[in-house]
Amino acid sequence: MSRKSGPVETSRREILAAGAGALALVIARPARATPESMAAAIKAFVGEADIREGMVTLELPALVENGNSVPLTVKVDSPMTAQDYVKRIAVFNERNPQPNVALFYLSPRAGRALVSTRIRLGDSQNIVAIAQLSDGTFWSDKAELVVTLPACVES
Amino acid sequence: MARALINVPAKAKRGDIIEIKALISHPMETGYRTGPDGALVPRDIINRFICTYNGEEIFSADLFPAIAANPFLSFTTTATESGRIAFRWIDDRGQAYLETAEIAVE
Repeated sequence: MSRKSGPVETSRREILAAGAGALALVIARPARATPESMAAAIKAFVGEADIREGMVTLELPALVENGNSVPLTVKVDSPMTAQDYVKRIAVFNERNPQPNVALFYLSPRAGRALVSTRIRLGDSQNIVAIAQLSDGTFWSDKAELVVTLPACVES
Repeated sequence: MARALINVPAKAKRGDIIEIKALISHPMETGYRTGPDGALVPRDIINRFICTYNGEEIFSADLFPAIAANPFLSFTTTATESGRIAFRWIDDRGQAYLETAEIAVE
């Protein structure tokens, strides 16, 4: 009996097996929205129209401690008259389980195109806001943020 | 019954742009969380919000699980006449929560 063995000793093979198991757990988590699924959701919203940058201002904190409640404000530089107003504003995310966040319907009676809410973020990611104006054009703004404690899928 | 908090100015001048804030207590269960037994907690969110001013729709929203628990919304409208501003939240089961506020416009 030259080989020493005890309960504390773990073979290299066992460690590798445990590692593979942990990897399988990570893979088995629910599917998450990816930049591609966000692109698909955006396409469903705008159709074939072009999206231009500008007009829209998306306000989000750059660094978020708690992803469970993140203040979000969207402003659109529009006179909000009967001839020229914002019809809809959609907000999309890249890395939550679903790409949609919210869709707001406005009318000229709003006076100002300004909407605020609070959102959940499962990870550090890009958020995109797209506004559809009454003339049929789409305008967008993007914000990147870092989340230190994401809204957990697990708990 | 869910508890709602609403902020509408009691008085406004005709033509003023007023800010309206609405919050309702609701867990906004995403459907992606697991419960203590390891099973997924079924999705239960408020998916629609509608605000009317004397019966005419002035703002509405489609909400998704990415909206935080106790959904908060703030938006603006032009004070046109005295009357009632009504709020309606609809959840996944089709149940609606109603709240109203009075505004005096001079």
